[in-house]
Order: sequence, then C-alpha cells, then structure tokens
Amino acid sequence: MKFTRREILTAFLGLPFALAACRSDSADDFPDGEIVGANVNAGHLLRENRNAEVPIQNWETVKTAIVGGGVAGLSAAWKFQKENFNDYVLVELENKIGGTSQSGESKLIGYPWGAHYLPVPFRENAELIALLDEMNLTEGVNSDGEILVKEQFLCREPEERIFYKGRWYEGLYLSVGASETDKIQFAEFQRQIDYWVNWRDSKGRRAFVVPVANCSTDAEATALDKISFGDFLRQKGFTSERLLQYCDYACRDDYGLKLEQTSAWAGLFYFCSRVRESGDESQAFITFPEGNGRFVGHLHERVKDKTRLNTIALEIIPNEKTVDVVCLNTETNELKGFHCEKVVFCAPIFTANYLIRDFRQNPLEYVKEFQHNSWFVANLFLRDRPKTQFARDFPLAWDNVLYESPSLGYVNATHQKGIDYGECVLTYYYPMCAEENARAKLFGLNWRDLADICLTDLSRAHKDVYQLTERIDIMRWGHAMISPRPNFLWNGAREQANKPYRNIHFAHSDLSGIALFEEAFYHGLRAASEILKV
Amino acid sequence: MNRVPLLFLNVVVIATCGLIYELLAGTLASYVLGDSVTQFSLIIGIYLSAMGVGSWLSGFLDKNLAKHFVEIELAVAILGGFSAPLLFFSFANVSYFNVILYGLVFGIGTLVGLEIPLLMRILKDELDFKKLVARVLALDYVGALVASLLFPIFLVPKLGLTRTSLVFGILNAGVGIWGTWLLENLIKKRDVNILRVKGFIIIALLAIAFIKADALTSLAEDNLFTDNIIYAKSSSYQRIVVTKGKTGYALFLNGNLQFNSFDEYRYHEALVHPAMLAAPGSPKRILVLGGGDGLAIREILKYPSVESVTLVDLDPAMTGLSAALPALAELNKNAFEDARVTIVNADAYVWLDNNQVESFDAAIVDFPDPNNFALGKLYTTRFYNLLKSKLKPNASVVIQCTSPLIARNSYWCIIKTLEAAGFSVKPYQTTVPSFGVWGYALAKTQPFDAPQAIPENLNLKFLNEKTFASMFEFSSDTSLPDEEIEINRLDNQALVRYYESEWRKFE
Repeated sequence: MKFTRREILTAFLGLPFALAACRSDSADDFPDGEIVGANVNAGHLLRENRNAEVPIQNWETVKTAIVGGGVAGLSAAWKFQKENFNDYVLVELENKIGGTSQSGESKLIGYPWGAHYLPVPFRENAELIALLDEMNLTEGVNSDGEILVKEQFLCREPEERIFYKGRWYEGLYLSVGASETDKIQFAEFQRQIDYWVNWRDSKGRRAFVVPVANCSTDAEATALDKISFGDFLRQKGFTSERLLQYCDYACRDDYGLKLEQTSAWAGLFYFCSRVRESGDESQAFITFPEGNGRFVGHLHERVKDKTRLNTIALEIIPNEKTVDVVCLNTETNELKGFHCEKVVFCAPIFTANYLIRDFRQNPLEYVKEFQHNSWFVANLFLRDRPKTQFARDFPLAWDNVLYESPSLGYVNATHQKGIDYGECVLTYYYPMCAEENARAKLFGLNWRDLADICLTDLSRAHKDVYQLTERIDIMRWGHAMISPRPNFLWNGAREQANKPYRNIHFAHSDLSGIALFEEAFYHGLRAASEILKV
Repeated sequence: MNRVPLLFLNVVVIATCGLIYELLAGTLASYVLGDSVTQFSLIIGIYLSAMGVGSWLSGFLDKNLAKHFVEIELAVAILGGFSAPLLFFSFANVSYFNVILYGLVFGIGTLVGLEIPLLMRILKDELDFKKLVARVLALDYVGALVASLLFPIFLVPKLGLTRTSLVFGILNAGVGIWGTWLLENLIKKRDVNILRVKGFIIIALLAIAFIKADALTSLAEDNLFTDNIIYAKSSSYQRIVVTKGKTGYALFLNGNLQFNSFDEYRYHEALVHPAMLAAPGSPKRILVLGGGDGLAIREILKYPSVESVTLVDLDPAMTGLSAALPALAELNKNAFEDARVTIVNADAYVWLDNNQVESFDAAIVDFPDPNNFALGKLYTTRFYNLLKSKLKPNASVVIQCTSPLIARNSYWCIIKTLEAAGFSVKPYQTTVPSFGVWGYALAKTQPFDAPQAIPENLNLKFLNEKTFASMFEFSSDTSLPDEEIEINRLDNQALVRYYESEWRKFE
C-alpha cells in the first residue's frame, strides 16, 4: 500500500504540523542518502534453509559458541578472553558488530546508530568499572570510592536543550513559563523520586539500581510494575502538562514507549537508578562522538579473531551433552557447523523459538511476553550548523529535544570532540512507541518517506535544515529494544528466561526487560561466568 | 479640494529625503573608508552634479509628466531606501566598493534632480510662475534644513544608518502613491492602478527589510559604536568590526572590544613579557593561541632568541585582517610577514587534541573572554592539560583572564582551574584604560618565582621594574574571594556561568 506524503507526515508528526509542512514544498533542496544496515532478511534465510545439511568437512569443534554480536555477546566474549578461555567463536549475522550500539564514521567524525551514552556506574558495579579502566577512561576514585571518569569523556556542557514555541531553552524539563502549580508539582515529583532513591528493603537492596538483577524483589517496589507510569503519576495527583511531557519524553527516550505504555516501575527506574542518594546529582554521562560504538569497538578489538561476521545461526540443536550450531555464511552461502559444549544465546529472546530446535517444536510460552518496539534513526550530515534564530536562544547542545515532536530530537556527534564550528553530524531518533503494526509500517516506508519525516520534523526548529543537509542516511530497527510495559518486568517471564536450557545459556538486555548497555553487559558476563564455572 | 498645498507638502518631503540619502552616503563612506573630508566632498560633489544631470534630463520628458513623477518617486524609494544596506553589504563582500558607492550616489542624485523640475511643470497651470518658483524653492530649502537637523540629532543615534535609509525609502514611496491620488486626473486610469500596485509592493519590500534590518547588517552596531566603523565583516565565526575614533583604532569581535590602539601596548606588554622572561634561558619556540590581531606577536618578536612563532587562531578573516587594513599591519609592525611566524587557522582545542607538535618554550594564550560555551572550553582543566602536553618541562604560560574587578569569580575560577590542571600559578593584573583593571595568569608546570627584572633593550612603553613588581599585587576588591570557587571543566562550564552573571550587570 502506498501512502501520500500528507498521510505519512500526519501519521508520524501529527495532523496540524503535516498540513503546514505539505503547504511548503522543499523538494528542491532534498539531500541524498540511503537506508543502511540490516541487510540480511533473517526470517527469509531461516525459512529457506530449514533442515539444511552442513557438509561433514564444514563442521568445527569449539567449546563454546556465542550467538549474536551485540553488547551481550561481545561482553561474554570479553569475559572469556579475560579469563584466558580461548576456545570459543562468536557468530553475528550482520556485516557489522555491535547490534543497537553500532556506529558509523564519516571523514569528519564517528556517529552513533543507536545507544549513545553510559551513565557513570556506581562503585558497586566493579565489572563495568573494570571495562572502563581497561579503556583508560578513568583517573582513580574519589574519597567515597566512586570512580572518576576523565573529563573529556564526560558529556560536555551544554548537555541538553529543548525547543518550545520557536525558541530553545536549557535543559530537558521546560522551566520557562512554568506556573506556580507546575513548580509545586515538579518539586513534589522530585520528592517522589527521592523517596524511591532512598528506599531500601529488609536486605538493604535498592528498589532501582543497575543492573536490574540487583533490584529489590520486595512487593512494595515490584507492585509498581502493575500500573503504567501515567497511572502512577495520576494517582499521585500530578496534572502539570510539562511534567507529564517530561516523563513521557523520558519513557520514549529510554524505552521507546509512551507514558501510558510504560510500567511505572520502569518509569521510576529511569529517574531513580542513577542517583546515589536524594540530593545527589544524577550520575554523569560518559559519551563519545560515535556513542556506545566506542565500547563496541573496544570489546571487538579484544575478541576480533574469534568473531565471524555475516554468519547467521540457522539452528541450534541441543544434544545429550553437547549442542550443535548450524550457520550460514551469507556472503559465501556456505553452510558451517559448530559442535559445542555450550552455547551463549545472545540474540533477542523471541528468536529462541525460531532457532532452538526443541522450541521450534514446542514454542516457549513466555517468549511472547518479550515485546520489542521499532525505531528509525537518521544521521544527517550538515555542511554547517543550523543558524541561531534568536540571539537569546540556548546554543546547540549535545542532546537537542523538540517539545512538541513525537521524535526524540537529535544528538550532535561533534559536540564531545569540541568541534563547535562548521560541518557536523546530527543523529535523529524516532521511536514508534508500540504503535499497531509499527514494524510493517516502518518497513513499508522507503528512504525518501523517512528522510522527509525527519527533515520536516527538524525544520520546525531549523528552517535551514534542507539547505544545510548534504546527506541523510537512515537505519530502521524492527526490534530495537525490549518494551517494559506494565505487568511484564516482574511477572516471572524474565526469571524463566534467565535460566539455562540444557547447554544453552541466555544473555541479552531483554532478560532485564530494560534495554541498557549495562544490562546487556551484565548478562553477557553472567552467562560467561556460568559457563566458566563448570 | 485644492491640491496645491498638498503638492507643496510633497516638495518638503522630497527635499528632506533627497538630502538624507546624500548625508547617508557621505556618513557611510567616511565610516568605512575613513578620511571624512574627502568622502563628504566627493559625495556632495557627485550628488549635486547628478542633480544637475537630472534637471537637464527633465527637459526631455514631454508627455505624461504626472506618471513620470510618480515613477521617479518610486525609483528613488528603491535606490535611496536600499542604499545603506546595499553599501554595507558590498563593502564587506566586493572589492569594487567605490564603483558601487559613487554609482549609487550618482543614480540617486539624477533621480532627485528630476523631481523638482517635473513637479514645477505639473504645478505651473495652478499658479503664476513668480509664486511657483518662490514657493517651490523655499520649501525645497526648508526640506533640506529638516533633513540636516533630523539626521545627526535623531536619525543616526536612534535608527542607525540602515533603518534611516529604509524609512526614507518608505516615505518616498508614500509620496509616489499619494501622488497617484493628487494627480489622478493627470494620469491614465489604467496607469494609476499599476502605479499603486508597484508602490505598495515597494513599501512592502522596504518594510520587510526594515523589520529584518538586524539580519541584513548588524546596524544595531550604529548604536553600539560611538566611533566611525572603518571595517565590518561577518566571518563564519564572528562579526569583526574596526572603528576609528579620536583616540585611535579599535577592534571589536561580536561587539566586544579586543583592543584600542591608544593603550593596547599596556595590555600586550603585560601579556607577553612576563611569560617570555619566565621561560628558561632564551625562549625559541613560542605558541600563541588566539591573538589573531598580531599585536602579541609584535611583542614576542622583540626577543632575538625567538626562532619560531606558531599562531593558532580560529578565524582566517581575523588573521587576514592585517592584510586588509594597513592600519593594523602598521600597529603590529607587519608581524604576519615575519618569516618566523606560522599561522594555523583552527580551533585551539581541536588543534591541541589532534596534533603532534614539537614542544614549546612559552605559550601566550589570548582568547576572547569566555562568554559562550565554545570559548568556555578553552579555559577548562582539559584544555590546560592538553596545553601542558605541548610544553617543554620548564616552559611558561600566560593566559588573559578577563577583569578581576568586574568578573572577580571568573578571574579566580581560571586561576583555580589552572592549578587543578597541575600548574603553579602567579596571578597578576594591570590597568588598561580601555578595559579597566585586567587580569592575567602566569603559570608553569613546577613552582617558580615571578621574574623581577625587565631588560632595557626591549624598548617598552609601559612596563618598567616598578610597574612590573606591582602587577603581582591584588587590591582588596580584586583578590581571591572568600566564597568557594568552582573549577571550570568541560562537563560543568562553570566559568561561562560565572562570567555571564558577572558581566550581565554591566550590559
């Protein structure tokens, strides 16, 4: 089905805005670009190669196979490498490593295609700190034992700005023009956050902490998962539109879900898990021009020789004491098999029912609890920075948010490098927020449609974006991240999925129910440790 | 209705507009080209002779006088109305500015010269010749008086050149449109409508330009600068303006004074010599960050031991300014032509981060004040650490640090930041009349004593042994404040916030 421009813009940006945009035709200045990434149709390959026989000479014996080269898989491999366990292989179906943390590079600078920051971990997260130390990002600890990250890797000020009714303001919360009620409610909201920041269960556990595995399982906290964040805020009497908008932005930013679709537990997790004690600042962000691609690059560097790109796992066959992995090299079309003792399954959980032979026959019931949302990400290559419209506008920041847009706005890749003039690369994020048939809708649109949405959206803040943009590349993420909807995180599904099945150990941020680098890293290391222990 | 008095009112307006355009061109030319006597003589001469040409040409117009009159009004409205923005734009952007200037003056003069003869011929049927000449010429001179009084007292100070020009363009077009009513029975019906449409389009264009005047040129500058602007250019990075006044030349970047030629030697001697004298032995390799005016280099090159000076300045328009303005080259003693000087056009932060260079004996850091985040990063611990990695072990550094009197916290924030980056710092200050009390930081990576003696052979105008020692003393209102001063880091940009809050009081 083919949609008109107006229908597409209405669906993605809202009717009034679409009507205004359709009146002005900016086709003359439309930049070049293409859809990039995800060049493998995994579903198609799986169907086509069902029951494929691997030639006998193409079988290899290896102790462990890691299936999936995202952060979880790379972290598991990193752990193996650190423990001098070298008898493993990592297969990744794409031609690029890193999953949703992958990045690109232009002549000017690297830029993200997905995740783009990591909050400084608390001192308790020793394994993650070991990675940061290894990457030479730290410079000792402070008197409380919290790590000090080198200045150049902490997000540079100005960090965030927000565009509202024609002007840019500092921060993510729109404080300009706030009424007394808005201010009172914002302060009350802070008190709610403080309550949960300071909350401890009988075992001394926090309600919200990274990784999720260390969070309290006490009912007072987990009961929050039963309602949406929107319901939670309403129950607490919050009505301030800008506060609700702020919380909605938080949900869309971290989870790709709207306020009403997000579990209250997840909503509070966003605000509470990165604050040590009430009154403390939220943990600073570690970021790089290429976002979390820097971590991927480092991990991959360590485990490169074990990595097989363009290699799709077609089937995982658990046997009595071993497990076989049947793969296809999508470049050479060669079938490849691995006889393993163990498998670390680092792909999204829903794929288990397609890949693991036993589950093909008896699909896992709880898998359908793990729902993913769709995003598209655009990288815009600009020949110069958008012009400031008003002298008093808050200047270009790292993260630039449009208050009235369903997108998340954009981050500026040159920001962290200290490049403040001339060319830049802006990464624009659009979460589909659990729309009906979001995936089909997203993949039904071509590059031009998506680029049009992105440019039209940005043109509300930057009239000159058409003239300045030389190129716009777009990546579509069909299964971008796990959706922490109400009644998912603590309904037992994650607990079941965390358990190994025969010789297969699972590791993915899906298992936390929250798509964060730290969670994927945690599960990668956990699964690797389980295997090493035996 | 007797339309004669109204037509006489037109004469006053026309005469006022005419003289305003002449005054505008003269003022603008003397601003940008200097030498106001020559410029005003030339402009007046060309303008008056062009009016003569216009009067003569009026003899060739026989029919449709009223229509021609309105058309000429509209043409004057366009040429005169857009004259100032057009001239400012062309000065900054084309090399044959004089051709445009004199051509425009001649064009406006010719059209204005056509106006009065035509109007007199239109009016000749209403009045006898004696009265006509007497009244028209009398009112013409009244208009001139109005213009000459309004221009310096109200227009230039309140509206600025660009807006004045646009306002009088609108007035001129108004006279034209009004003429289509006053002279309606003398113009063909169809022409009346066409003329009115044209007139309103022109007024609309001028009105849009008036509203957008700040974007066209920043002639809010006319209010900002008391002295004549002799150079104004918007580069990719900043607005560069040079003015010439009684005391000398002054350079402004984005409206902020960088130096005034009458006392800049105080600033630059105090900036350069402590660092040069604190450097070990005879300093050979010198790094200058910022300082695209070349005045710091002038001081550096007074040391015969200097073998190379690397100047890193963001803006090619700034490092190229000496070539465009002979007055600046004279002031910096042709610093940029010295074979020892290498210019790098780059953001110093990015340059220090990306480039492997041989270490320096001394670094002179002369950035604009930290009034935005892009500049604020050049005063962070990270920046000073990058700088440190490019210095020889005992090298010296000096940093201009804004005013410790006006921006006391900002000043001490820079000092604290340098210390946090591992420098041993000697804060010092001096008085530069154009700036007020001004602060610097002399720093090395290891503890040191500030230099005491000033060699005789440097031929300094300001620094001597007594002033030199006194610079390192701080008065009670400029010394380290009691309150806790934050360290400026990339991830807090504390300095930009101090600076904003402290300088805002003076804006």
